[in-house]
Amino acid sequence: MNTSGLMLFWVSAAVALGSAVGTISMRNPLRAAVSLLIHILSLCGIYLSLKAHLLATIQVLVYAGAVVVLFIFVIMLIGPTANEQRAPRAVGTRILGAVGALLSTSVLAFTLVRHDAQLLPIPQCPPGAGAECGQFGGVTAVGAELYLGSMVPFELVSILLTVAIVGAIAVAKGKTTATSPKNEGPTTPEGAA
Amino acid sequence: MGIGEYLALGSILFGIGATGFLTRRNVLIQLMSIEIMLNAVNVVFVAFNRFMPSNHMGQVFAFFVIAVAAAEAAVGLAIVIAFFRLKKTVVTDAGDSLRN
Repeated sequence: MNTSGLMLFWVSAAVALGSAVGTISMRNPLRAAVSLLIHILSLCGIYLSLKAHLLATIQVLVYAGAVVVLFIFVIMLIGPTANEQRAPRAVGTRILGAVGALLSTSVLAFTLVRHDAQLLPIPQCPPGAGAECGQFGGVTAVGAELYLGSMVPFELVSILLTVAIVGAIAVAKGKTTATSPKNEGPTTPEGAA
Repeated sequence: MGIGEYLALGSILFGIGATGFLTRRNVLIQLMSIEIMLNAVNVVFVAFNRFMPSNHMGQVFAFFVIAVAAAEAAVGLAIVIAFFRLKKTVVTDAGDSLRN
């Protein structure tokens, strides 16, 4: 890996770690969502240093374009009560849980960082190859692997996404249609629970 | 530079996500922590794929993880809206309807 690739990795890794810590430590969920956005964009840099260009594009489109926007919509919908009230009785267990999780994670990380399997050279297309020979991580190569090798899981994912959309609409819609046209007043119905 | 740095980065990010999921009481932050964990797994998948570049199975699997994460975010946020409509809060300690 050349110097620019190394710099891309280290800068992206530092930003990813810092913004991940920011995501879980921000008290305002909107700031946490923006921190998650920075985290996702820095992971895009990690993917680029691994020469996964199509996956970096999908990461920006799906996560930064859809998931984070969905989070921000829900935060805006919920309003100021999305801010978490401080619970003083849970501080001890919270610190204990954080220290335990970070300790076990650091043990795992220090064990894994010793693996120094070297990069294999990326197989190149032969000189006379046509358009069907795709570059590593590009649209042609990953698309061929996806549609030829993983056809059935791909179709199952499409079914999963359809079911998720229908389920999300059904859950978020609630039972407001039966009660809301009747009472015009701003009072909430008592039998909601 | 070997694969170890990527594996360490993935495991640390997973640990940060797990810590956020276990210590925060805000449902929205917990969902964001789940996203961080899924992204950490994706980093490891893509790193293993780069260190065995004869096929693209790792990247395809990361693609599926992204699709499942998008579905999970949609359903999870719908559940958050339903929970907020019922309890007027997003703190998970309020979800104790099955206790009594």
